[in-house]
Amino acid sequence: MSAVILAQEALSRTESGVVNAFFAVLAIVAVVAALKMVTSNNVVHAALYLLVVLSAVAGVYVILGAEFVAATQVLVYLGAIMVLLLFGVMLTRAKIGAETDLDNEQRWIGALVGLGMMAVMSYSLWEGFGDDKLPDSMVPQTTQAVSDSIFGTYLVPFEALSLLLLAALIGAVVVARRD
Amino acid sequence: MYLNQFLILAAALFCIGVYGVLARRNGVLVLMSIELILNSVNINLVALSAMNGDVAGQVFALFVIAVAAAEVGVGLAIVLLIYRNRRSIDIAEANLLKG
Repeated sequence: MSAVILAQEALSRTESGVVNAFFAVLAIVAVVAALKMVTSNNVVHAALYLLVVLSAVAGVYVILGAEFVAATQVLVYLGAIMVLLLFGVMLTRAKIGAETDLDNEQRWIGALVGLGMMAVMSYSLWEGFGDDKLPDSMVPQTTQAVSDSIFGTYLVPFEALSLLLLAALIGAVVVARRD
Repeated sequence: MYLNQFLILAAALFCIGVYGVLARRNGVLVLMSIELILNSVNINLVALSAMNGDVAGQVFALFVIAVAAAEVGVGLAIVLLIYRNRRSIDIAEANLLKG
């Protein structure tokens, strides 16, 4: 956690050109790794590319001054969810190595849908936000503010969420057990 | 920093995730693409939270991360069950309910 805070302090002291360069590198890494993930013909490689995307997104959170979300991203996504997905790969006995039939025959329609959505979304984002800028003196929202908000204003959703996690845990055990 | 640079990165990741969901046969790969989609939504939430100087966006990003963890747990249990019953996780073959 302190490394995240140190990185954030360093970021708030550097000028915006450097931050923009950081962002450009992270964005290019994220998009290229995501494209590799959806086109790779090896399930384990796809999982590792997803790891790269998630790490880059954690970097974007640090740039945005969201230290606690970045730390949670690393702990939950990179730590827990990736291990879960790799266990899924293992338990479904995916072949080690390249496979030929990971894509279905609708993938051209899928690509068309993706490109169409990208066009519509870029256009509407451009129309909607134009060149709105983030505030220059961006105060990093501290973990203290986040926790005050979670355990104050959003206490009821938080409790509902913990119930949901419990239900999902029990549901996953019930669904997956052998009887 | 422009707001749109974050929102367009999120849109790009979202569209790549949608392509992955539509184009992949393997159930585990579909779940990975769904994770990508949920992450792109989180970028939006955190970027708009920084834009408005309001911490609520970050709180909801954390909620989305927790829901994603629950979702991937249940999703993998379902994929495992499909594998156990049919010896294959090709989701195109799971069409028992097709009319």
